[in-house]
Amino acid sequence: MRKENMVVSKRFFAIPVSVKKPKNIAIYLMTIPAVLLFATFHTFPAMQGIFYSFTNWDGLSLTYDFVGWKNYYYLFQDENVLHSYLFTFKFALVSTVLVNVLSLAIALGLNEKIKFKNFFRAVYFLPNILSVLIVGYIFNYLFANVLPLVGEKLGIDVLSTNILGNEKWAWVGIVIVAVWQACAFNTILYLAGLQTVPSELYEASSLDGASKWQNFWHITFPMIAPFFTINMVLAMKNFLMVFDQVVALTGGGPGRATQSISLLIYSGGFQGGEFAYQSANSVIYFIVIMVISIAQIKFLQKREVDM
Amino acid sequence: MEKKMNWFVTVLIAIGALFILFPLYMAISIALKTPEELANSVLGLPTGWHVENFAKAIKATNFFQAFKNSAYITVTTVVLTILTNSMVAYAIARNMHRKFFKFLYYYFVSALFIPFPIIMLPIVKQTSAFGMTNPSGLVFLYVVYGIAFNIFIYVGYIRSIPKELEEAAIVDGCSTWGVFWRIIFPLMAPINATVGILTCLWAWNDFLLPLIVLNDQSHMTLPLVQYVFQSEFGTDYNLAFASYLMALSPMIIVYLFAQKWIIGGVTRGAIK
Repeated sequence: MRKENMVVSKRFFAIPVSVKKPKNIAIYLMTIPAVLLFATFHTFPAMQGIFYSFTNWDGLSLTYDFVGWKNYYYLFQDENVLHSYLFTFKFALVSTVLVNVLSLAIALGLNEKIKFKNFFRAVYFLPNILSVLIVGYIFNYLFANVLPLVGEKLGIDVLSTNILGNEKWAWVGIVIVAVWQACAFNTILYLAGLQTVPSELYEASSLDGASKWQNFWHITFPMIAPFFTINMVLAMKNFLMVFDQVVALTGGGPGRATQSISLLIYSGGFQGGEFAYQSANSVIYFIVIMVISIAQIKFLQKREVDM
Repeated sequence: MEKKMNWFVTVLIAIGALFILFPLYMAISIALKTPEELANSVLGLPTGWHVENFAKAIKATNFFQAFKNSAYITVTTVVLTILTNSMVAYAIARNMHRKFFKFLYYYFVSALFIPFPIIMLPIVKQTSAFGMTNPSGLVFLYVVYGIAFNIFIYVGYIRSIPKELEEAAIVDGCSTWGVFWRIIFPLMAPINATVGILTCLWAWNDFLLPLIVLNDQSHMTLPLVQYVFQSEFGTDYNLAFASYLMALSPMIIVYLFAQKWIIGGVTRGAIK
C-alpha cells in the first residue's frame, strides 16, 4: 500500500515539473529587464564612482588622468572632510538616541488606556508624511524669530539669538528638526511592537507585586527587542545620510560647522570641481555606512538573544 | 479586568502633541497674516483671511505647474512600481531554489546598503547623456531604485501565499503570466497598498533626486520649487509660508482621509 502511494505521488508531482520547463522563459522575461535596468542605473554608476575616485577628473573636462590612491591620501588629511564626518557622526548618534528614547516613551503613552487614542496616534504620525525640506524651512523661521523671543523672556543667553547662526549650537537645531520628524515613524513602529506583548505577562507579574519600572525592564523591553533593533539601525542609517534638513536650516554653515558628508559630496562634486575627489569621499562613506550597519545588526541581535 | 482611563498619561500625550502641532499652527497662521500683523505679534492668531498671500505665492512659484509635475511623477511612479516590481518579485520568490534567482534576490537586497551619494555624481552625467533630465526620466529612476527595497518586502509576502492555487491553475493550462496577473496579483492587494503608500511618500517628498536630475524650471517638483525660490521669498515670510503650506497641503489632505490606512501600510512595510 505505502509503496504504491509513493509511486503515485511521485508521478503526480513529476508531471507538472516536466510540463513547466519549456514555459520557463516567462520567469526570465519577468526579471531580466529589471536586472539590466538596475545594473545600468544603480550598479554601473556605483562602479563608475569607484573608478573615478582613482582619477583627477573635475567633472567637466574632456580628459582626466589616473592618480592612483592620491585622492584617498588627501582625503585623510583634509580638515573639511574630517570635520564633516565628525559633525555627521555627532548628529547621527545624538539624534538616534533621542529619537529612540522619545519614540519609546510616546509609544508607551499611546499604548495606555487614554482618551482620543486614535486622534493622538494620527497627530504623532503626521510629521512622517511631510516634506523634510519644507519642515526644515518652517523650523528655520521658528529658530530665527520665535525661539529668541522665548529665550529673552526666560533670560537664557544662548537662545536669545538665532541658534542656527551660532557655530557652536547650530547642530542642535538640526537635531531638533530631525528628531521632531523621525519620532513619527519610530513611535508607530514601537507601538506595533508593544501590541505584540501578551497582556497575561503583565497580569502575572502584577500578582508578583512587580513595579511599573520592573515591568518595563523585565517584560516590555525584552519583548520588543526586535523592534528596538530595526529602529536603531534604520534611524542611524537615515541620520548618517542627513541632507535635506541641513540644506533647509543652515546650508552647512555657519562657516562649515554643519556640513554633513552628503552635503560635502554634493557641493564639492557638483560646484567645487572635485568630482573625482568627492567620488573617493563617497567610497569611504559607503564603506563606513556598511561597516556600521553590519556591526549594529550583529551587536543588537546578540543582545536580543541574551535577553 | 477593565482598565481605568489613564488621565495622567492622556495629559502628557496631549502636551507632546502640542509640540507636533505648534510648527504647523505657525505655518498656517503666518501664511494668513499680513507682514504688519506678523510684526506686531508672531504667535497670535491672524485677524482675517489674507488669501492674497496664496495668490501671490501661486504666481511667484508657478504653483500649478509644480503641482502638476509632482502629481504626475508621484502617480506614475506608484502605478509603474506596483505593476513591475511585484512581477519581478513574484518570479524571484517562486524560483528561489534556482541559483540565478537566489543571486538576483541578494543582488537587489544588498543594494540597500549602498548610500546614494556614491551614485549621485555619476548618475547626473548618465541622465543628461540619456536625455532623462525631465519628470519621466525621474519616474524611471524611482521605479528602478525602488526595486531594491520592494523586492525585499514583496518576496517575504509572496512566500506566505500557498502554492497550491498556482499549481491548480498551471494544471488547467494557465501560463506563468496568466497565473501572476489573474491569481497572484489580486492576492497581493495588502502588500501592494503598502508599497504604493511608501512609494507615494517617497516620490512626493523627495528633494535630492529632483535636485540633481531636473534642470528646467518648468519641470520642477513642489519641494524643489521651495528651494529654488528661497532667495526670491527673501524676508517676505507670509509669501514663503503660503507657498510652504500649499506644497504641504495635498499630502495633509490625503492623510486626513486615509490616515488609518496610511499608518497601517507603513507599519506593515517596516515590520516585514
